Amino acid sequence: MTNSNQIIEKLEHLNPKKIIIWTLVFLGSIVMVTPIIFMISMSFKTGQEVYIFSLFPEKATLKNYIFVLTDSKFIYWGLNSLWVATFSTLSVLFFDSLVGYTLAKYNFRGREIIFVAILSTLMIPTEMLIIPWYMMSREFGWIDTYWGIAFPGLMTGFGTFLMRQFFMNLPDELIEAARIDGWSEFAIWWKIAMPLVVPALSALAIFHFLGNWTAFLWPLIIINDPDMYTIPVGLASFNGEYEMNWEIVMTASCLATIPTLFVFIILQKYIIKGIMLAGLKG
Amino acid sequence: MIKNFWENLSINQKLAITAWVFLAIPIIFYVTIRFYPTYEAFYVSFMKWNLLGAKKYIGFKHYIRIFNDEDFWIVLWNTIKYALIGVPISLLISFTVAYYLNEIKFGHQTIRAFYFVPFLTTAIAMAWVWRWFYQPMPIGYFNIMLSYVGIPQQPFLRSIEQALYSVMAPAVWAGLGFQIVIFIAGIRAIPKSHFEAAEIDGAGRLQILKEIILPALKPTTIFLVVISTIGFLRIFDQVYSMSEDSAGGPLNATKPLVLMIYEYAFDIYKLGRASALTVILFLLLLTVSLLQLWFMRKQK
Repeated sequence: MTNSNQIIEKLEHLNPKKIIIWTLVFLGSIVMVTPIIFMISMSFKTGQEVYIFSLFPEKATLKNYIFVLTDSKFIYWGLNSLWVATFSTLSVLFFDSLVGYTLAKYNFRGREIIFVAILSTLMIPTEMLIIPWYMMSREFGWIDTYWGIAFPGLMTGFGTFLMRQFFMNLPDELIEAARIDGWSEFAIWWKIAMPLVVPALSALAIFHFLGNWTAFLWPLIIINDPDMYTIPVGLASFNGEYEMNWEIVMTASCLATIPTLFVFIILQKYIIKGIMLAGLKG
Repeated sequence: MIKNFWENLSINQKLAITAWVFLAIPIIFYVTIRFYPTYEAFYVSFMKWNLLGAKKYIGFKHYIRIFNDEDFWIVLWNTIKYALIGVPISLLISFTVAYYLNEIKFGHQTIRAFYFVPFLTTAIAMAWVWRWFYQPMPIGYFNIMLSYVGIPQQPFLRSIEQALYSVMAPAVWAGLGFQIVIFIAGIRAIPKSHFEAAEIDGAGRLQILKEIILPALKPTTIFLVVISTIGFLRIFDQVYSMSEDSAGGPLNATKPLVLMIYEYAFDIYKLGRASALTVILFLLLLTVSLLQLWFMRKQK
């Protein structure tokens, strides 16, 4: 009896307006994921079922996945993307935080100029630099190489700015104390300062990695060899609308998207916090 | 010798030298990969150059030709249309969702995750999904659904009138999650006392929205307007992968500035002309950023 009374009491708190709002917001969220759901559903369909409007394939098959993973160069593209994004992210974590730390914690003449100069690079759009980068790559033989894809993004003004903001909050006494104990300057940064800004580092890592994973324009320009494509460039190379195998294209799109979704499910809290952090600090 | 020199320095001198050592590689990077290329982009925009031959100085001729080119004005107008229509639509939707989602407790995290997930997708992958949805019957899901409610088939990507909006839709869709999260963060940063004071004064929901939430969100809104305006002005991935032959068709109806730059530079190797177009894009984006600074200053 008490139990049902409690439920009735709770229900009385819910006014119909709240229920309507909840329902609308919920339905909106379903609409948002619909394209992803249909993409996944299509990837399990057989060629005959492609023309049937349905969410659940009647005879779900893994044939498309086997085809994409063995008969196309998708595996190469995935490894290329993974390798370039990892390398670039490690570089950004190292250099952006080193520069951010130096600008936050050292006093030297010229510090302001360096900071403003690095910040000003945020105003320069990538599109303006791709032609000079391309000319440079031709000259040095960087076309169709991992280095060629990665070199423009090895350091970023945004990451430097973000890390500087975080290092500024570290107490100077901590660094002074380590100096008195005879720590080297590099060790103070690497072993004392860095562990204290792990939340900022992980936010930066996630954004930079994601940005690299989805990057399109520059890899499209610098890579001609299909073995060297990154995932987005490889996906764009599927073409020919009429003789299209939609189930195959959707499978490849799934394989490109699902790793990031997994990472998101695992790291949801950090990613959302990171976005809020970056948004508020920026 | 070197050791002696090092030991004779004061602590502050030692620290300054350390700082410059830390900055050495980054300085080389920023000079060679950021500043020199920026200079070069301006420089090449005054040159006639097709990659193989020698560069020849021609002054402002590229710019004059660009401004006399009818296609350029179509492309510039397309670019502005993406921003002018895309930004208000996405901010209106994302604010509305954020405002109501913020009040929802039951299933909050899951619902927020659903809104956010499109932000994590690869534009090229999702472009294929949307392209599939836009297909004519019997494949395209949009046309199938339209047929259920008795609306005639729509050409979407194949029509001059609809193509731009069809390309814009996935860009708006992918950006909403980010904006919603930022808006919610902004609403939550408003001190609780503001709301309590308003409730004591007997303010209604609409009044709280108008007099507390919206004014407090001004900096957040300016930030999002600028970020997404710049994003739409630089749109490329969706157009390249959704328009036929990746050429911004039909009849240039979807072509934005960045795609025009890409074509001049890497299809026909007119690098001087392409560089001049990048300078124009740069000035366009710079204007937006300066407007932001001006608005922010006016706030204070």
